[in-house]
Amino acid sequence: MTFLSDPISSIGNWLENFLIGLGLAPNFSALIVTAIGAFVLAAFGLMIVLLLIWFERKAVARMQDRLGPNRIGPYGIFQSVADTLKLLTKEYITPAGADKVVYNLAPLFAVMAVLGIWAVIPFAATVYGSDINVGALYIVAVGAIGVLAIIMAGWSSNNKYALLGAFRVVSQLLCYEVPLVITLLIPVMLAGSMGMNAIVMAQDTWFIFLAPLGFLIFLIASIAEVGRAPFDLLEADSEIVAGFNIEYSGMKFGMFFVAEFLHAFTIGAVVATLFLGGWRGPGAETYPILGTIYFFIKAFIVYFIVVWARGTFPRIRIDQMLNFSWKFLTPLALVLLIVMAVQLKLVEGSPTWVYVTSSFAVNVLIAFGTIHLLRSFARRERKRVSEERPLATAPESDFQQI
Amino acid sequence: MIPLSYYLVFAAALFSIGVFGVLARKNAVAIIMGIELMLNAVNVNLLAFWRYLEPGWITGQAFAIIVFAVAAAEVAVGLALVISIYRRRRTIAVDEIDLLKW
Amino acid sequence: MSPLEIFFIFSAGITLVAAAMVVTARNLVHSAWWLILTLFGVAVLFALLNASFFAVIQVVIYIGAISILIIFAIMMTRRVAQDTGPKFNKDWGLAVAVSLFLFGGVTWMLSTWENFNIAPPTMPVDTDPLRQLGQALVSPDAYVLPFELASVLLLAALVGSIIIAWEKK
Repeated sequence: MTFLSDPISSIGNWLENFLIGLGLAPNFSALIVTAIGAFVLAAFGLMIVLLLIWFERKAVARMQDRLGPNRIGPYGIFQSVADTLKLLTKEYITPAGADKVVYNLAPLFAVMAVLGIWAVIPFAATVYGSDINVGALYIVAVGAIGVLAIIMAGWSSNNKYALLGAFRVVSQLLCYEVPLVITLLIPVMLAGSMGMNAIVMAQDTWFIFLAPLGFLIFLIASIAEVGRAPFDLLEADSEIVAGFNIEYSGMKFGMFFVAEFLHAFTIGAVVATLFLGGWRGPGAETYPILGTIYFFIKAFIVYFIVVWARGTFPRIRIDQMLNFSWKFLTPLALVLLIVMAVQLKLVEGSPTWVYVTSSFAVNVLIAFGTIHLLRSFARRERKRVSEERPLATAPESDFQQI
Repeated sequence: MIPLSYYLVFAAALFSIGVFGVLARKNAVAIIMGIELMLNAVNVNLLAFWRYLEPGWITGQAFAIIVFAVAAAEVAVGLALVISIYRRRRTIAVDEIDLLKW
Repeated sequence: MSPLEIFFIFSAGITLVAAAMVVTARNLVHSAWWLILTLFGVAVLFALLNASFFAVIQVVIYIGAISILIIFAIMMTRRVAQDTGPKFNKDWGLAVAVSLFLFGGVTWMLSTWENFNIAPPTMPVDTDPLRQLGQALVSPDAYVLPFELASVLLLAALVGSIIIAWEKK
């Protein structure tokens, strides 16, 4: 029965005893078992990308009133396999003057940055990579390595357009990291701990009901952090000449591609853990397999919202993007954090329904206040633009000259 | 177990490499990188003393946080100054920025 | 030599070699990459010191923000695409002497201290260092004053660096 309630440890113990029985030292066999666990998690992440790419292509195609891939396999399900085979057989062309070590390391760092996030996400009560007590901050740290990979790719290509493209991407990513980290603090504040397991265990009511505005800001900032539509100015299909990965071909380009899609699903997983209650659901504490199923359903729902946003919104320009973050999202996130901190301190010790309704009410009030402010700004702007400008000549003087 | 001396010698070595970087390089940004090495050595020292002498007190950690904040502020202002100097003088080799010399 | 000591010597060795490459690389962007490796090595050492929060903060702040800022500054202040000319100024011999003297002096002085070789005491098990740190930074009889001064310093640096680097059109 311990297998059902704690599958990962029981498999790990069995493997360790097996290796010790083969004659290895206990430290060494523990190390090997840990390495096997990390390998399984990374392989799972990379394999699921095939499913994600197919899902996105079909969903976006249906939104655009076309069919999507439907030739290879039933409903086109093997299209990603065909694309992978094509990328594997392409030639690697390294530009002349490129810095070889950095050029080859950049796609690795990009994938590393995304796979590293999966180490702290809990799939069930006892199924997780590692439970560090600063899990939420670790996610931000590993995302910073992804930013580094982009600069490495842009600089080492020895191409000034790749370099400029990389700089624009990095300025977008750094600027949306600020509202991301500020709204990341809201579940941390509500749960009282930065560990991901602790945040999931504290969600008796899902945090999306306690902080819906925080959920929205976190989702928008995460979509911008990945670089997906509508924030995909820098690597969009019609603008690819100025992107940072133009000098990459074959599987190295495939690594950047995989990193982007896996990052989109990882956002789904992180948002599901922080705001939608993670693996919690009826019966999830006793049967971890149920917890994993609930977690994946929630992550897929958020991934579908991300794909939906891609298929719906037009691309926004870089100056609109930066203004949106610095002048709207960051002040809103700061105000939300401060007001929620004060409100949570005031209702400390009250029964749960007071706590839930006051948090929800605070969020709704801030949202309404923001919409009201935006409307009054827009009204003033419209009035300024539409007022009568003085004409060059007086209206009736022309007809009197004849 | 790792004795305290390992960390202290490491921090001293990192600090001396930083001092060499500050004193011997011509490029202003390279000097700022040397300063970053020195600040990191200070942080390692603070946290090593916290861990080995009084892990129950929080003083070492609190001051390490302050050092992080000061390092970040100083790099930001230093690089802004370097960029501003580059715009006016078109050079950032520190031995060519000598207008104030007699 | 316990495995922990071997691991420490390995990571400290890589960090020091990377730091030496930072100050002696000819190409300034290579210096930046070596600096990132050095900062990552220091983060590993913080994790070895049971300061997990600081290891993560080191990666977020130094590698995620400061290194990127340094790389931007390098790109924006290059007159030619390649770096030419000598990388050290004319007093580099004196600099070597000063840094060796500093290292030797500090190490000798510390080795005469009686606690130089102590082993780490066990961490007090019932406290959560993260919670303790958070409370220490905002409680009036702990470190709220340095905390507030550091935030004023950051605000001044933010405003100051924007104004200094502003392009006058």
